[in-house]
Amino acid sequence: MKKQKLVVVGNGMAGMRTVEELLKLAPDLYEITVFGAEPHGNYNRILLSPVLAGEMTLSDIVLNDLDWYRDHGITLYAGKTVTKIDRIRRKVIAADGSEEDYDRLLLATGSTPFIPPIPGNDLANVVAYRDISDTEMMISAAAQHHHAVVIGAGLLGLEAANGLRLRGMEVSVVHLAEWIMERQLDKTAADMLQMSLEARGLRFLLSAATEALLGKDGAYQRVGAVRLKDGVEIAADLVVVATGIRPNTQLAEAAGLHCGLGRNRGLVVSDTMQTYDPRIYAVGECVSHRGTIYGLVAPLFEQAKVCANHLANFGIGRYSGSAMSTKLKVTGVDVFSAGEFMGGQDCEEIVLHDRVGGVYKKLVVSGEKLIGAVLIGDTADAAWYFRLIKDAAPVGEMRARLMFGESSLGDAGHAGGSNAASMADSAEICGCNGVCKGSIVKAIREHGLFTLDEVRKHTKASSSCGSCTGLVEQILASTVGGAYKPASRADKALCACTDYSHGTVRQAIRDNKLLSIADTQHFLEWRTPNGCATCRPALNYYLISTWPHEAMDDPQSRFINERAHANIQKDGTFSVVPRMWGGLTTPDELRRIAHVAEKYQVPTLKVTGGQRIDLLGIRKEDLPGVWADLGMPSGHAYGKSIRTVKTCVGTEHCRFGTQQSMAMGVSLEKMLFGMWSPHKVKLAVSGCPRNCAEAGIKDIGVIGVDSGWEIYVGGNGGIKTEVALFLCKVASDEEVREISGAFLQLYREEAYYLDRTVHYLQRVGLDYLKQRIVEDTAGRRALYQRLLYALQDTPDPWTERISGPARREFEALSV
Amino acid sequence: MSVWKPVCALEDIPRLGSRVVKTGSCDIALFRTADDRVFAVDDRCPHKGGPLSQGIVAGDRVTCPLHNWLIELDSGRAVAPDQGCVRRHETMVEAGQVLLCRP
Ligand code: SRM
Ligand SMILES: Cc1cc2nc3c(=O)[nH]c(=O)nc-3n(C[C@H](O)[C@H](O)[C@H](O)COP(=O)(O)OP(=O)(O)OC[C@H]3O[C@@H](n4cnc5c(N)ncnc54)[C@H](O)[C@@H]3O)c2cc1C
Ligand code: SF4
Ligand code: FES
Repeated sequence: MKKQKLVVVGNGMAGMRTVEELLKLAPDLYEITVFGAEPHGNYNRILLSPVLAGEMTLSDIVLNDLDWYRDHGITLYAGKTVTKIDRIRRKVIAADGSEEDYDRLLLATGSTPFIPPIPGNDLANVVAYRDISDTEMMISAAAQHHHAVVIGAGLLGLEAANGLRLRGMEVSVVHLAEWIMERQLDKTAADMLQMSLEARGLRFLLSAATEALLGKDGAYQRVGAVRLKDGVEIAADLVVVATGIRPNTQLAEAAGLHCGLGRNRGLVVSDTMQTYDPRIYAVGECVSHRGTIYGLVAPLFEQAKVCANHLANFGIGRYSGSAMSTKLKVTGVDVFSAGEFMGGQDCEEIVLHDRVGGVYKKLVVSGEKLIGAVLIGDTADAAWYFRLIKDAAPVGEMRARLMFGESSLGDAGHAGGSNAASMADSAEICGCNGVCKGSIVKAIREHGLFTLDEVRKHTKASSSCGSCTGLVEQILASTVGGAYKPASRADKALCACTDYSHGTVRQAIRDNKLLSIADTQHFLEWRTPNGCATCRPALNYYLISTWPHEAMDDPQSRFINERAHANIQKDGTFSVVPRMWGGLTTPDELRRIAHVAEKYQVPTLKVTGGQRIDLLGIRKEDLPGVWADLGMPSGHAYGKSIRTVKTCVGTEHCRFGTQQSMAMGVSLEKMLFGMWSPHKVKLAVSGCPRNCAEAGIKDIGVIGVDSGWEIYVGGNGGIKTEVALFLCKVASDEEVREISGAFLQLYREEAYYLDRTVHYLQRVGLDYLKQRIVEDTAGRRALYQRLLYALQDTPDPWTERISGPARREFEALSV
Repeated sequence: MSVWKPVCALEDIPRLGSRVVKTGSCDIALFRTADDRVFAVDDRCPHKGGPLSQGIVAGDRVTCPLHNWLIELDSGRAVAPDQGCVRRHETMVEAGQVLLCRP
């Protein structure tokens, strides 16, 4: 079949990102032709600032060189401007008269700088700051001349001013508004930023309107000075005008495509990035989507993803707008702002202001939610705040500690604790994979990475335990500026096989009674034939937890530990942890463990942190024999499932005990035996508030008091220590079982795969849990019943595999 | 000279699953795809020697259980950005029997 023709006008960041996404989805669907007015391949425009500052070179910022176009069979006309679209004959026509037919057309023409109509704005050495040629011109002017004036103290103007200053010029910044970056900062923040920029040698003239640009020595050639409305004249051999940008819609308007008016004068597109002509799509700064024009790359990349999906004829995914954040890329000056940072009616402000130390933080809270943030001087928690804003997560519970950052929420966590920007290149960021800061920065620059996922793929940093995610996000944010967008699990695609989020997939399984992985993938139009190692375990869990006793469990979609019911070790052997209910054992069990250890020459026997015994280093073929000889049920030490219920001795023996903690623990563990969950689940029961079973850091912690039991939820003792929160107090053992069961069932039904209870709790908030589990008695009973129904007749997986067809998994073949 | 040796019935390998063949000198991992093709590679990940047979199979690829490298079963190559290659072995399915090419 003849390929369809896709023509792209605009060789910039949004257009080429769309083409990259399209090639991933449908590499052979189109014959692609690209027109770019600039005579280059595609480069990273946002890194023009570090180029001007002398921190990077032009060759560092290339995203796709000419070979890339050739390798992908793309025809690139670099340096050709398209001047006309003939929609009837489906052609574009370039300035040199050449023509190209299209079946589909993508417009990504970006913006043009807005230059106010001041006399003299056509003099030589008056530039806007937009592309490589502007940057080159500024660099060469800086080498020859001394005085520069930047008009406009927004992001772009300040980055230009800083770059020129670093190149040795005397720089004055003229700004119309009362304070700098008035669209991103409040006055206090702006004043502090201005102070630190002044300390670097910049000069500011605020509330200052430019009246004219004057030629050098009266000659009408090169600029020589800037005259303000109040008559003041400032010497200037170079004037950079950074007074805003306008969507570049000339071409589209001439072709009769509908464009907005006034502030929304962009090319109007739908949620599928389509213009009013269904054959013509548009992305980037030139478009107006739901009345908003975006000027930062993170939202443009989201548009690119949606657009590519529709160009590839998959027809899923809609763009519904983005939250934006701002980060100034001036090395050594930390500025961040996001959301509704000005505050206002119905909002409260939490402020920390240390003028001498140069730190200012303002968090704007509305009701239970964080809606805006401004940070100056210390932006370590920027990514975290931005995530809270995007997710609209309830922050009531942590409000008192919100200002002190993510690290203040747990004791041992280091997810956001240190400031990545101030770390040395040799500092280790990812302990699991031994990746240092320098290699991450290098990978981001060399491969043009913008997301956490991309960094994980290229460097492995943060791809294992994830505890360094916060640091990696900080490094991304400081390297690519506002281009970085933190991942939010609520709206993020489950994996590369689909655009649907965890929540949507779960809902579809429930609403449509999907019972198998294949049906789910088919129904939701998965892009890959059998998914991948990320989505299959998640789907398998969603199916069996939504439709217990009905959906088929698929062993091939489980990670090896859950398939073999033992934990794989680095040398390919396995460990075996038999269940010891509540940490209790008997002489007979201990004798059998000793016997097995000798018979199979088990190299290591260890008491685990979960109050039981681990036999490590067992060959896979030996597993069924080991299990048969042990004669104990599986401890599920390998599963996203109930792990242990730790107990202390309690009132049976202890002089302080108030309740029978051992019996309570054993009864909870027996009730939950074989329960699969989004992540592992650990409980502990202590007999008194001395809490020897460490119930404060468990998914559910139960603590005996004179009059009954206190129940705590959402604790975690792992990567990042989280203290469990008090849920309620009950009088009887049966109530402990019912509350615990209902909480776990709610977690099983609503959490995303791989969220521990603490992550789920942070997403929905404690008040919600109290309402569903403590207040709503009927709802609680129903949840508890659903859990008991799911767990009914759960067999011991080891017994099942000692004999029977499942044993085959453990037998090797020979030739 | 190499010869074709029968190892098992196709049905002995679960779809999207694997079996291990012990040869004396090395372990070989046999994989069966969703559409019943069979691939064989050394049971040693090019990264740190992880047992590929224990990974999750999707399409023509397996994900190593130790650190999630993706290996292409038909070429034995690791999927970029990872780099490495595992030795492949020829296989054939005939009358429901899986045959392995052995030196
Ligand atoms: C055996 C044991 C260590 C020991 O010798 O004591 C252990 C061993 C492993 N832990 Fe653990 N954890 C063990 C108790 C703990 C505890 C303490 C506890 O349970 O009281 C914790 C902190 C408590 C908690 O989970 O909140 C703990 C937090 C982790 C984490 C971090 C989880 C988190 O959400 O932050 C991981 C990583 C994961 O699960 O993704 C982990 C993962 C692992 C794995 C399964 C790593 C893996 O995927 O291969 C280790 C298997 C080693 C092996 O080769 O077999 N292990 N691990 C303990 C088994 C307890 C048991 O009887 O079941
Ligand atoms: C110095 C600087 C620093 C920045 N810093 C940041 C930052 O830190 N974070 C951030 O998120 N964003 C930043 N931005 C903004 C970001 O670069 C833009 O949002 C992004 O490049 C817009 O992408 P686009 O594809 O819509 O437009 P562009 O990247 O401008 O691409 C449009 C392309 O189309 C070409 N074109 C236009 N008309 C035609 C035609 N008729 N025929 C052929 N070709 C045509 C243009 O020449 C241009 O190459 C910065 C911008 C600049 C200039
Ligand atoms: S047992 Fe736990 S803490 Fe120890 S190395 Fe393994 S995962 Fe890390
Ligand atoms: S050993 Fe296979 S990924 Fe590390």
